[in-house]
Amino acid sequence: MFATLNDKLNAVFSKLKKQVRIDDENINEALKQVRMALLEADVNFKVVKTFIGNVLEKALGEEVKKSLTPDQVFIKIVNDELVDILGGKDYKEARIKLNSNPPTVIMMAGLQGSGKTTTAGKLANFFMKQSKSVLLVAGDIYSPAAIDQLETLGRQLSCDVYSDRESKDAVKIAKDALSQAKKTAKDIVIIDTAGRLHIDEELMGEIVRTKEAVSPDEVLFVADAMTGQDAVNVAKTFNEQLDATGIILTKMDGDARGGAALSIKEVTGKPLKFIGTGEKLTEFEQFYPDRMASRILGMGDIVTLVERAQDSIEEGDAEELAAKMAKHGLDFEDMLKQFRMIKKMGSMDSILRLIPGLGNTNMGEVDDKQLKRVEAIIFSMTKKERKNAKILNSSRKKRIARGSGTHVADVNRLVNQLNQMNKMMKQMTKKLGGSNKLNPAMMKDFLKMR
Amino acid sequence: MGFFSIFKKKDDVKSDEIDKQDEVQEESDSDVSDTPEPETLEEPETVAEEPAPEQEVRLAAMDQDYAEKPAIKYGFFKRLKKGLSKTSGKLVGGMESIFTGKKEIDEDLLEELEELFITSDIGVNTTMKIIENVRDELSRKKLKNPEELKNSLKKHILNILDIPNDLNTTQDKPYVIVVLGVNGAGKTTSIAKMAKMFKEQGLSTTLAAGDTFRAAAIDQLCVWGDRVGVPVIKQSEGSDSAAVIFDAIQSCRSKGVDVLIADTAGRLQNKVNLMKELEKITRVAKRELPYAPHEILLVLDATSGQNAISQAQKFNEDIGITGLVLTKLDGTAKGGAIIGIVDELGVPVKFIGFGEGVDDLKPFNASDFVDALFDNETKGEND
Repeated sequence: MFATLNDKLNAVFSKLKKQVRIDDENINEALKQVRMALLEADVNFKVVKTFIGNVLEKALGEEVKKSLTPDQVFIKIVNDELVDILGGKDYKEARIKLNSNPPTVIMMAGLQGSGKTTTAGKLANFFMKQSKSVLLVAGDIYSPAAIDQLETLGRQLSCDVYSDRESKDAVKIAKDALSQAKKTAKDIVIIDTAGRLHIDEELMGEIVRTKEAVSPDEVLFVADAMTGQDAVNVAKTFNEQLDATGIILTKMDGDARGGAALSIKEVTGKPLKFIGTGEKLTEFEQFYPDRMASRILGMGDIVTLVERAQDSIEEGDAEELAAKMAKHGLDFEDMLKQFRMIKKMGSMDSILRLIPGLGNTNMGEVDDKQLKRVEAIIFSMTKKERKNAKILNSSRKKRIARGSGTHVADVNRLVNQLNQMNKMMKQMTKKLGGSNKLNPAMMKDFLKMR
Repeated sequence: MGFFSIFKKKDDVKSDEIDKQDEVQEESDSDVSDTPEPETLEEPETVAEEPAPEQEVRLAAMDQDYAEKPAIKYGFFKRLKKGLSKTSGKLVGGMESIFTGKKEIDEDLLEELEELFITSDIGVNTTMKIIENVRDELSRKKLKNPEELKNSLKKHILNILDIPNDLNTTQDKPYVIVVLGVNGAGKTTSIAKMAKMFKEQGLSTTLAAGDTFRAAAIDQLCVWGDRVGVPVIKQSEGSDSAAVIFDAIQSCRSKGVDVLIADTAGRLQNKVNLMKELEKITRVAKRELPYAPHEILLVLDATSGQNAISQAQKFNEDIGITGLVLTKLDGTAKGGAIIGIVDELGVPVKFIGFGEGVDDLKPFNASDFVDALFDNETKGEND
């Protein structure tokens, strides 16, 4: 669906490969593609301008011109620059500073609908897992049922929630909550606040007063990953008034490229600390600049994928499988094994999102339920059938379909899939010169082939 | 026909099919109260698990006395303009500064226009399209000076946005509206505002609490229902959303309610299973009433950028949407993404939201919108 920046740059540079030299004009063409990619990813116009300027400066160095693979060098410059702005390679700021004199007070701030309350719940869960005692504070006295929302989350987490339905004074609620937290010796106090527009002077005044009243250790600005060009205005004002200590980017499980991260980082200079990756309270991760950079550029996240693959595939298994594949081709038993490996890596959905070029597409057909169905089909086969697909005649197929609660057409589809996989494997082993070991480089090639 | 004329008059209908339902109740029912009708309702046999009407139960959330956000009261146009003034300020301010001192249309001017459009979230593709159009007109010598260019741009954007956007009409009753959108777009608040508008049009209105997933979403809708004075049909948290809507249609039908607005849980458009759940909701509605849902409205947050386009495309592909609701125009975001969306999908904007107050929603009017985008502060102050 979306051409990735990689593809676009390859197109630009493939023209160049025929030429002897690379000149400023060619680089400008490449920069134009980068600019488009960043704007499409919702990075703010002005931020893009500065960014392109910096990249140009670096790209004009001899390195790119001399290189035999200028496209790779160029992409690296762009990527490195992006990673640098987002926090650099050795990123250590994603931590919450804990006050040596507890409780540590954390205050949330952001626009309506950015995800403050859910994030407050996620943070609470994050700390409770570290055996810290947490008090959630219902500071949104305006929106209907906001208190109930936080109380529901508190019940789900078995976390104490401070609320005062009678009060119309958000500042006082925060103060009272803090003194209760001190009395009950809580480690962490997380204050949820009402969503407010950055241009709403009265409400911005209220949150500033709340901040002054409780002197929080952390003021976290919560922003929606889908935010567009306006992210700079919102983040700038919130930061100017509240002097935020960090940023949390929510709804990262969507297909937004999240260019807002770059804009917000650039105008506030404050570290991105966490990302929200789903509606469940556990779906909350540390922020990694390099992963975010790849996402903004639409280059997928090979690093995470390979990491996960390495974590979940035992090397012996993989080698054995690869050797067997090269010799005899795959059978249904192998397919089953593969599925189990993939399953260990996470949900299909989350894996696909990491693959370059697929990150923004919707692979509707490949959901986890389908994997289960395939498993059911294989489980309904006899051992002999699993080893040798050729013996599957129509009466066997009918029996398998009945046994797995599917149709013969589904069984046929699976048989075809196996044949195709075998074909692909043959091509790949040819391409790799008969090597029968599964290594990361091969894995990368395989992913690129898809 | 007016925006709210949702029910076809009998003589409008060409087919001879006569309404199966007796519509005598129609008038007398328009004054809706919270109390259930005394007659026993026909229980839906298939789906509903707990048919007991829950209307008497008052939630803590409903009895809470909410603090009111300090809001300044203006007339509609002024508030819309106030909401849009940041947009228009940006565009007009930008426009004016671009155009001052310029007697000719040159490359610099076009580039600055491009910047303005992109910073309004109009998006690279649509911006390029608009600029190409300008270049085309320039080459044909149709534009002689910057003033003409400005008018041409205005006309061009109006052309895109100004497509018929009256609510669909039907003979069915209730008129079913399903409201969709990503998390935090403003679905529930928009529903409350819509309910108030329908009620003020003399149409009896009921809400269905279809967001059975998010914590306290049902409570939130109930508080709004209470405020606006319309009943809410609900089940417990975690129950099947389609069953709630089935229930609601049954109940509205037997009570002769005119309009049913169904809330749904926020969902990101790339979640396959959640999109399937929505499909089920619309399927259930269709099974009960052949033309339902009569409107499927996608709520878009003006603050969101190019992802709004992906949202509109995906929801339209999977569910089919009949209109857009653009919310949060009271911020500084420009909501420019809708221009590309309307252009590409041909789905009209039906409502715009510009504040948290219950009156801060209005039917979308393309020329007002474009006027507010482009004009100076002279117009509409007295409205």
